[in-house]
Amino acid sequence: MYVGAGLPAGIPGADGQIVLEWARRADAGPFSSLGVVDRLAYDSYEPLSALAAAAAVTSRVRLATTIVIGPLRNTSLLAKMAASIDALSAGRLVLGLSVGAREEDYTAAGIDYHSRGRRLEEQLAELRSLWEEGTIGPRAVRPGGPLLLVGGQSNQGFARMARYADGYVHGGGPPRSFARAAAQARAAWIDAGRPGRPQLWAQGYFALGDDAIRSGIDYMKDYYAFAGSFAGRIAAGLLTSPQAIVQFIRGYEEAGCDEVILFPAVADLTQLERLTDVVGHMGRRTSAERPDTIDSIPGGVWP
Amino acid sequence: MKIIILGGGPAGLYSGLLIKKANPAHDITIIERNPADVTYGWGVVFSDRTLASFQLADYKTYEQIASQFVIWDAIDVTYRDETIRCGGHVIASIARKLLLNILQRRCAELGITLLFNYELQSLADIGEYDLLIAADGINSLVRRTYAGHFKPGIEQGTARYIWLGAEKALDTFTFIFRENEHGLFEVHAYPFNGTTSTFIIECEEQTWLKSGLEGASEAESLAYCERLLARDLGGARLLSNNSRWISFATLKTQHWHYGRIVLLGDAAHTAHFSIGSGTKLAMEDAIALAGALEQHSDLEEALTAYEMERKPVIELFQRASRQSQSYFETASRYLRLDPMQFTFNLLTRSGRITYNDLKLRDARFGDAVDRRFSCHASSLAAMVAPPPMFTPLTLRSITLPNRVALAPRIACAARDGLPGDSYANHLIRCATAGAGLIIAGPVAVSADGRITPECPGIYTEEHMDAWAKIVQSIHKSTPARIGILLNHAGRRGAARPRVRGVDRALPGASWQVIAPSPLPYTPRSQVPREMQREDVERVRDDFVRAAHMAQQAGFDLLQLHFAHGYLLASFLSPLTNRRGDEYGGDFEKRARFPLEVFDAVRAVWPQEKPLSAVICASDCVRGGATVEEAIALARMLRSRGCDIASVLAGQTTPEGAPEYGRGFLTPYSDRVRNEAGIATVVGGYLTTSDEVNTILAGRRADLCIMEPPAPSMSS
Repeated sequence: MYVGAGLPAGIPGADGQIVLEWARRADAGPFSSLGVVDRLAYDSYEPLSALAAAAAVTSRVRLATTIVIGPLRNTSLLAKMAASIDALSAGRLVLGLSVGAREEDYTAAGIDYHSRGRRLEEQLAELRSLWEEGTIGPRAVRPGGPLLLVGGQSNQGFARMARYADGYVHGGGPPRSFARAAAQARAAWIDAGRPGRPQLWAQGYFALGDDAIRSGIDYMKDYYAFAGSFAGRIAAGLLTSPQAIVQFIRGYEEAGCDEVILFPAVADLTQLERLTDVVGHMGRRTSAERPDTIDSIPGGVWP
Repeated sequence: MKIIILGGGPAGLYSGLLIKKANPAHDITIIERNPADVTYGWGVVFSDRTLASFQLADYKTYEQIASQFVIWDAIDVTYRDETIRCGGHVIASIARKLLLNILQRRCAELGITLLFNYELQSLADIGEYDLLIAADGINSLVRRTYAGHFKPGIEQGTARYIWLGAEKALDTFTFIFRENEHGLFEVHAYPFNGTTSTFIIECEEQTWLKSGLEGASEAESLAYCERLLARDLGGARLLSNNSRWISFATLKTQHWHYGRIVLLGDAAHTAHFSIGSGTKLAMEDAIALAGALEQHSDLEEALTAYEMERKPVIELFQRASRQSQSYFETASRYLRLDPMQFTFNLLTRSGRITYNDLKLRDARFGDAVDRRFSCHASSLAAMVAPPPMFTPLTLRSITLPNRVALAPRIACAARDGLPGDSYANHLIRCATAGAGLIIAGPVAVSADGRITPECPGIYTEEHMDAWAKIVQSIHKSTPARIGILLNHAGRRGAARPRVRGVDRALPGASWQVIAPSPLPYTPRSQVPREMQREDVERVRDDFVRAAHMAQQAGFDLLQLHFAHGYLLASFLSPLTNRRGDEYGGDFEKRARFPLEVFDAVRAVWPQEKPLSAVICASDCVRGGATVEEAIALARMLRSRGCDIASVLAGQTTPEGAPEYGRGFLTPYSDRVRNEAGIATVVGGYLTTSDEVNTILAGRRADLCIMEPPAPSMSS
């Protein structure tokens, strides 16, 4: 399993220079990818813009959205932005899409909330064709365009993932909840008759050090405020010690995760330093060994 | 803190005493509407794990509870007048009344105020509090008052049950299955002291209505049950405690706390009595709540921690409970199983106990399961028996060396229908992996029946020769048998290769797809041409020709694809078949063409070789084909010489998605197999021998399709 670092671009008030410096240092550190999350009606950076900036100051790490709220965006424009970042970063983009969970983001964009599932379905069907056909360029670095992941927990969501994407991106939670989702994703993949196996990505949040825990929990509660009393449950899942991070990573690895991205809950470079220390000591694989194309993802261990 | 606990049942009393013990400064009052010595129900059961947690939580009450226990470690199953015992299930029970007395005394000793006979009309009557613990049961006044915040949902079961006692000390926990002229009755019974046992008697609603128990008095109900269970009771009387026939209500609550109010036990959740008592769950809740209050000084954090700890546990428990409940609601479908098979099926009903678990708990029982499975398969008495997975399966003259099939999915399988070398080698490698059966496919019966341009076919001499080579090579080097799944893609045809997704229409000119009605599979798919009379005949003949070629190529088993929204499936579903002719309309008419194809193929496929159909157990869409129709279809197929049905679900339309997860197709296979009386094959993401053995020994399928383990687990 690979371990990535989330950019602090989803944290209110995060300074632009810190976001860029974070990207530079992560690229030099033990991380395989940089992740971004998406909210519209919130004090956060637009995820694809953040990744475009990160592309300019990094050379090695993959640039992943976990996730971008697809239905908020025009599909052709989204295809072009993704292809552009992919081309500018020499094929490092991983595009995770989902319907998101907050109605206010849809209201802010003037997009109907209730047809979001159908819209995402259409987008997934069109994105790949747009990349493959290359009509709106730049030309995809890999034949099928960027690695495409889909999030969501419904049976429909898993079916959609298996029908159109290269894999699944999990929304968060303890390893046991990921393991269940991973089984659902694999089952849907097999049922759809796809060769090989789905890529399985996941994410978690951390705040390391006594000075950061309180504000980290406050950020989590604020970010997930839409979830009502569930926000408290999510905030309680914040990883606040090196042991918690190590256990989390091992748990996800055992459950068959391909890549987990750890997002900060506090936009401070010392947080990245502390995470680098923990992940560095675990000695996980580096992205240099990663297969380049989705076609080379092994299909399990058929004899 | 001033703490009010509503409800003086085990949950309320236990949480009160644990919280008070941890911090004697708390001012705790428990309010109960009944008198101190009135209680409903007979005995309650606890598992050994629950007992261990009681011991840690409060040794004093544990000691008293333990001294009054009836402990057993076996489950008896009485069915067809035979009783089979399976050991290793440590469970203890105690009279509910005794338990309450012990807890009440301890509460009083710790200085908790207990108010009995205290009926609350409204929460306003409670007065001031810092924390309100609602342990006031399934009809919780607190939960109802703040329903908008707790968001409860109640689901009523379809079976009826009555909670009785019996003046008889059973040996151990006992399931009794008794049939009379009205139907099947199930009894969950266990001793809870030296002289009395709990008897919960349950039956399907139809049975209950037929039996006339709906209008029966208490005495008439008792007399009816005493007659029904005469052999089991051996003259002992049944006892009632204001008992009525009711249906089980499963309560799920989205949120368990709101401000300074928290729900506990039955007020927050219920789970069917067949997998354990609500008392056990409630007392475990009490332990978690007391622990959280001790650990967190902030009340909101404490209540969140409690909810986080217990909710996932309860959700898992409720999932198993639903499985178990639905087993008892439909147990009559298993009446053709013999006692050993029936017992294994019963014990593994909720998915929480597997074949391996039972082997560990009771090695003799486990061996008996293996022996029974082998005997059934070979009709010879077996003393030395392999696990079910390694028991051969004979279908007509073909014997599969074991019960595992592999159905490989691979990219770039073919060009112009001709299976390529990499596909051939892949199939051969799979055959050397130890599986009893390899299933090649879906293989198209015509060029326009292909799903994608890379889809293999069997419609030219060249194809046939290529398949013959693969079959020969497998037969020469392995004991595995090889089957071929014949398919016509219908409206799911002319799609791009599946490596980057499915149902993506080929760009540019491809081939015309056909279907019973001109409805595209997705909004971007090609609109199919409605099949005419000559198309119907041509497709049937294509299947027949393919079957001929499959025979020439030496395949051992032939499968026809009636599922996943391909051509024949499109005839079967009302969602995709809108025809007005003899091939559309009611179920019989929609099944007509697929059955014509089946009959035509059966007529040319050798009598000594098995023929199978892959059927769709449910469209998984409202208004689509249901599992009842799938069962009806399976019966028709069986009578026409279908030897084994492979069970799938969903994909009739892109909206139809089953509940994905490990073994997600097993419940469908279970129903088709046991209601239609046909052998079944099931896959659905099975990766371990334990899953396979549990499915086979539980008679939920006869053959399992396994998937390779994840790469990290390969060694």
